[in-house]
Amino acid sequence: MEGWDAGTKSALTQIPLLSSRAGPRDGEAWKQRLKEEYKAMIAYTTINKTNDNDWFRISPTNPEGTRWEGSCWYVHNLRRYDFPLQFDIPVTYPATAPEIELPTLDGKTHKMYRGGKICLTVHFKPLWAKNCPRFGIAHALCLGLAPWLAAEVPILVDSGMVKHKDDEVTPSQSSS
Amino acid sequence: MAALTDFGLIWGKIQELVSRIMSSSKTSIPRRSKVKDMSAEVVDSNPYSRLMALQRMGIVENYERIRDYSVAIVGIGGVGSVAAEMLTRCGIGRLLLYDYDTVELANMNRLFFRPDQVGMTKTDAAVQTLSEINPDVVLESYSMNITTVKGFDVFINSLKSGVDLVLSCVDNYEARMVINQACNELRQTWMESGVSEDAVSGHIQLLIPGETACFACAPPLVVASGVDERTLKREGVCAASLPTTMGVVAGLLVQNCLKYLLKFGQVSPYLGYNSLKDYFPTMEMKPNPQCSNAACVDRQKEYMESKPARDAAAKAKIEAEVSSVIEEPLHLDNEWNISIVDDSDAGSSTAANTSSILPEGLVHELPTADKYSEQVGPTVTDGIDDDLEELQRQLDALNSS
Repeated sequence: MEGWDAGTKSALTQIPLLSSRAGPRDGEAWKQRLKEEYKAMIAYTTINKTNDNDWFRISPTNPEGTRWEGSCWYVHNLRRYDFPLQFDIPVTYPATAPEIELPTLDGKTHKMYRGGKICLTVHFKPLWAKNCPRFGIAHALCLGLAPWLAAEVPILVDSGMVKHKDDEVTPSQSSS
Repeated sequence: MAALTDFGLIWGKIQELVSRIMSSSKTSIPRRSKVKDMSAEVVDSNPYSRLMALQRMGIVENYERIRDYSVAIVGIGGVGSVAAEMLTRCGIGRLLLYDYDTVELANMNRLFFRPDQVGMTKTDAAVQTLSEINPDVVLESYSMNITTVKGFDVFINSLKSGVDLVLSCVDNYEARMVINQACNELRQTWMESGVSEDAVSGHIQLLIPGETACFACAPPLVVASGVDERTLKREGVCAASLPTTMGVVAGLLVQNCLKYLLKFGQVSPYLGYNSLKDYFPTMEMKPNPQCSNAACVDRQKEYMESKPARDAAAKAKIEAEVSSVIEEPLHLDNEWNISIVDDSDAGSSTAANTSSILPEGLVHELPTADKYSEQVGPTVTDGIDDDLEELQRQLDALNSS
């Protein structure tokens, strides 16, 4: 765990670990896994709120719990930047992690694959592989998405690729 | 000044010719009609004469059998599209193409797709080009993401239509694991291919469920770049690509595929390609008895149980071959007591613990999952019989506050 900041480490140790090795095609075992996912997610969200570090909202959009949608935000220079957040639980879950997507940033950074999937290869995939099946969605957000936002959002904002919503020119103003 | 005028004249003619070619290519494409039987006749109009010549040369016993085979290609990118073109030109019977992406200008550093196809789905653009090249091939286009639950159902059902070989030409671990899952469940032989993110190395791998290591048996192998990894600049980009490396890997993959289908030469179980040193490591991998993929373990059991039948068949084959040749000792005297030992198991290893005995130049891409005998930190097993809806309400409450 060397290389992670104290906040991430502290949050990580408090997120409950999961135990069911089950994916969306595993019927009852998946329901069990989904319960564990909820519990880990509830715990992580509570920790964030307690530490005044609330930074995302995410919940399943289908009864099977395989499609998750919501939003995340990052504060840079005292301004908050919001991004829609979404992912599918892959059929091979939890052997493979969910591919976290920030669709509004698609094409704006090299650290991203087609469709707005954030690049997790170096900093997160080995950790996920090492901790399968004990890591869940909450861990993916904590160790995958959070460091990605911390590294990329400042660059995207400073380079002008991402504009604060207050600074954006509305379509009615821009059309001449 | 005469020479200059001549040049001007020729230049004008070249320009005229170019514009004529450009306009004619769009207006009337003379599409060839379908060919009923593959002919070995050597005439300009026979698209298969050079392929059928493989029979006369004694390389392939029956080339025309290629028309009976169906191949599924997953991932129609730098490797998959070229592999599809190669198989199309070889006259494969049926090709099933899977990809969820669209053609973009950023793909133009690779082969196959044309700038005028930008915006089309990769599968449709491929069908367009491939059907022009060879109308004899039956083409099926599946534009979808196979890693989602819905996409996977379509994928697995389409493979049930009778596919002889699946070629994995995807660019990520997740999709490979999905193909692995489907093939393990369907007892489907498949071939994996990959090009490293730094674009200078690649590999192909044969996977026969139960018989060889599956993709989940061990962390995936990658060919080490051969240069000091610390000197590689990873900042800023997540993937580079070269048409050369991709073309080489596509060629190796389809060559192995043709050898497998048409039964000639040796089918490679694993072949790596390190372009910086032009080094090609090979190896064999046996399945991991403790593989985390349940379908793989089931296939391994089936393979073990079928061993007596396989042995009997192999013995019968050898006997048939022996009886056809007159048996006599190869060497009458054997002064040094030289004898031949069976080396069929040499060079192969169980996927579970290969890291110490990998051939030079191969490394694992990801670590193996840790085994924890004791709990490290809290787990969610306490009171786990909670109601799912109650948990949903709790999360919703947190999310709305």
